[in-house]
Amino acid sequence: MTGEPVLDRAHGLDLLRQMVLIRRFEEKAAELYTVGKIRGFLHLYIGEEAVAVGTMQAVGPDDNIVATYREHGQALARGIPAGSLMAEMYGKATGCSGGRGGSMHFFDVSRRFYGGHAIVGGGLPIAVGLALADKLRSRAALTACFFGDGAVGEGEFHESLNLAALWKLPVLFLCENNLYAMGTGLSRHQSQTDIRRKADAYAMPADVVDGMDVLAVEAATRRAAASVRGGDGPFLLELRTYRFRAHSMADPELYRAKQEVEEWKARDPIALYIARLPEMGFLADPDLAAIESGVAAEVDEAVRFAEAGPWELVEDLTRHVYAPVTS
Amino acid sequence: MPILTADMSAGTLTTWRKKAGDTVKRGDIIAEVETDKGLIDVEVFTGGTVEQILVQPGATVPTGTVLAIIREEPGAAPALAPTPSVPPALPSPVSATKQVAPAQAPSAAGRARVSPLARKLAADLGIDLTTLHGAGPGGVIRREDIERAAAMRAEAPVKEPRPLLDRPARLRQTIGAAMARSKREIPHYYLSATIDMHRALTWLNEENLTRSVTDRLLYGVLLIKAVALALRQVPELNSIWRGAEAVPSAGIHVGVAVSLRGGGLIAPALHDTDRQALGDLMRSFRDLVHRARSGGVKSSELSDPTITVTSLGEQGVESVFPIIYPPQVAIVGFGKIAERPWSVDGQVVSRPLIVATLAADHRVSDGHRAGLFLAAVDRLLQEPARL
Amino acid sequence: MTKMTYRDAIREGLREALRSDPRVFLMGEDVGRYGGSFKVTYRLLEEFGPERVRDTPLSESTFLGAGIGAALGGMRPIVEIMTVNFSLLALDQIVNNAATLRHMSGGQIGVPLIVRMATGGGRQLAAQHSHSLEGWFAHIPGIKIVAPATPADAKGLLLAALGDPDPVFIFEHATLYGLEGEVEDEAVPSEIGKAAVRRTGETVTLITYGGSLGKTLQAADQLAVEGIDAEVIDLRSLRPLDISTVLASVDKTHRAVIVDEGWRMCSFAAEVSAQIMEGGFYNLDAPVARVCSAEVPMPYAKHMEDAALPQAATIAQAVRQMLGAHG
Repeated sequence: MTGEPVLDRAHGLDLLRQMVLIRRFEEKAAELYTVGKIRGFLHLYIGEEAVAVGTMQAVGPDDNIVATYREHGQALARGIPAGSLMAEMYGKATGCSGGRGGSMHFFDVSRRFYGGHAIVGGGLPIAVGLALADKLRSRAALTACFFGDGAVGEGEFHESLNLAALWKLPVLFLCENNLYAMGTGLSRHQSQTDIRRKADAYAMPADVVDGMDVLAVEAATRRAAASVRGGDGPFLLELRTYRFRAHSMADPELYRAKQEVEEWKARDPIALYIARLPEMGFLADPDLAAIESGVAAEVDEAVRFAEAGPWELVEDLTRHVYAPVTS
Repeated sequence: MPILTADMSAGTLTTWRKKAGDTVKRGDIIAEVETDKGLIDVEVFTGGTVEQILVQPGATVPTGTVLAIIREEPGAAPALAPTPSVPPALPSPVSATKQVAPAQAPSAAGRARVSPLARKLAADLGIDLTTLHGAGPGGVIRREDIERAAAMRAEAPVKEPRPLLDRPARLRQTIGAAMARSKREIPHYYLSATIDMHRALTWLNEENLTRSVTDRLLYGVLLIKAVALALRQVPELNSIWRGAEAVPSAGIHVGVAVSLRGGGLIAPALHDTDRQALGDLMRSFRDLVHRARSGGVKSSELSDPTITVTSLGEQGVESVFPIIYPPQVAIVGFGKIAERPWSVDGQVVSRPLIVATLAADHRVSDGHRAGLFLAAVDRLLQEPARL
Repeated sequence: MTKMTYRDAIREGLREALRSDPRVFLMGEDVGRYGGSFKVTYRLLEEFGPERVRDTPLSESTFLGAGIGAALGGMRPIVEIMTVNFSLLALDQIVNNAATLRHMSGGQIGVPLIVRMATGGGRQLAAQHSHSLEGWFAHIPGIKIVAPATPADAKGLLLAALGDPDPVFIFEHATLYGLEGEVEDEAVPSEIGKAAVRRTGETVTLITYGGSLGKTLQAADQLAVEGIDAEVIDLRSLRPLDISTVLASVDKTHRAVIVDEGWRMCSFAAEVSAQIMEGGFYNLDAPVARVCSAEVPMPYAKHMEDAALPQAATIAQAVRQMLGAHG
């Protein structure tokens, strides 16, 4: 978990496979949304794959994760089965949240994945609480808290950073800065656009990394995680990335120029990585084909799983409001 | 037309980015659609050649409408089409717990349930709530019950004004005199028969399932109709004693004994009982009971019965030995229906049995004829569908 | 009169306000460049400029508080909170400042602030995006609560709010934005605190507001076919509540059913029911009934969400049960 990544062929190809899985899963989700299988809101992770995959290399099974409504990438990188996520978006009872949450509320407590939050900034106080419990119980773990650049506008961002720093809580604050809070660009919503510098106000160490470079992301996250695990308190890591798709399926993108999008697409994290792998001696043509076909099968299976899943019974509507009563 | 926003049901195709003959690959933008949220690009999820454009720019179509045909490359994944919502249909609103039984006896003890409006109306109109039986769920007295009571009161024959307090006492006196005279003057004899009500009750339950709650039949109506039809076979029991002889009555008008609150009994007539269908008989019976208890019975109804039927089954009595109401010449009594051992085809089974009794005037009929009457009642009750 | 959508009617009202009163300005998330998350403020930025149409960071508490301060300083701010779900972040400002400053200052100051919020469920947006909390807000003395159900009222109640010296909260049901209706061309304010009889009848009074009006009218149509003649009242204003219109109706019909999308327990419907009991007890021929949302956080899957919300069928069924009929 700590130190520089050990980059052998297996790990190298695994990073690629994970990013491709996220990409193809998201593309399939988009398609299923247009035909009405997935409803409500759908926030795609396309373009940001390197962030989820790279950061997760530094997060272990004992660590907690809190994420946002754009959490499909993190959920897949965490190892939550694609079928369970797809079924959740279908609203089936076999979804990771029992069909009760949908795309924005993936939960898997067995993997310490604490959501899936739709209120921007709403997850940060939860992350602080999880870290506090771990500290009080002397449990050696950190809490990885994902949020976007929009969240740094929320009071809860500031309150959470302050409290985590004050009490030296093991929170790894991971800011996925994709330059837009829905339709408002960073420079239009932040007086200080260098997000990493905000940690200074809370006497917290911070770093920034190119979020389109999965290896750099992994290395930076390992260093940040090491700092947190060392007992020095929270760390703010800003990951500079870009979402290639609209904020959600319903966004006409009036707020950003098509040219800007194209410029960022030229830095597609998957394409960048594939381009680098041969020089490291890791990628041959059959490797990529095998990865694509394996991922295609996994995504198809996830859709089948979702299609076949049962609907929850309407009679159970009022379950999960309180803990079940044991006689 | 794809579903692009959370509650989109239609979209306006504004621009085509490709035309017929163009090649497209997965992820290409093929058109722009105007939605509630603004202008959104439409991508294709399959590769191939655009064969035909079906929807023209400017057209607004529902989601799911085919916009264009793309001839796919061989081996391309089949395109998905918007399907109607898949989740199970909502169960139709579950009806409330069905009403338990048809019109019940009025609650003996405890406060009657009266809607606030009904209470106010009853007070305004001077109607005694204790004389009412509510038709609302659970016997609740509502405005319509008050209004009906007020209407009945308006119809009642003009009586000598009598102070309300005296009424029960006077009624008791009148009944007492009549009963004493009857016992003195009429040589009563009594017969009884035990009747198996299994067929009748079975038929009744099935019949009631086909009826709405307000139209359901009570078993008492079967008894009354059976008595009326049986009288056709033994008409001398349907006579009226005039002076020194019995005169057969033209019609069969069964008087039903109704107990009054505050004590006492009257037995007004159900006119042409043998000719009424069970449903009509039930309605007439209900109406009669209601009016009897609210003081709305017409005098003709009191003087017209040609025979009386009295049922004390609800009081738990096994058999009744009644006194004939002069100038009638017979009276039929029924006890309670009870499950008892009974022999059917040599086997002992449990059956709902009722004891029917006949008290008759020996000046007019004898046991042989009276026996035929009771046997006829029994036979009629074994074929309830023909009542 | 012109036929237009609910959202266009609000925009017309906003435009009228911005044109006629230089003290008016708009403030909220994505009201400017994004064009409004429900497209209500579309193009207003171009027409009136960034000083008067202000995009804010995601800081509900702070920007609503700033609205209060600006109102105290002589401006007439119209704050948009994207949905009532997010208003919870600003509850402190709303309850402890907007509602109390006049009282705490002994009458020296008032807060002429308007806050617009989208509200309600029915679009499969799950538990954090589907609240109907206008009943909660109606609990607080010192603020006014309105819920337009028609395009005419969407404009009219906004204009009325502009003339009101106290804070007015306008709840716009999210499913109404596309609803079409006739709207006055002139700037005619509606009356805050006055209900409207939308359909006359003799047998039962149906009382509702906002997004439930459509379903209630549908239920009335269904019942009419069965010979049950329902009167439908659109409250329009929750605080102050026009109970006299309701009581006059119940005086005629003697039966009342209240339709309210809030959860049943401690619902706004409970308040209306209590007031009917207080003012019309002796006119009632049956207990007042309520059709509200089920006691459950809003589930995602459509059939579950439909089961949780009031529907025309359940409203009609409540009436039939009240009349003692079946089916």
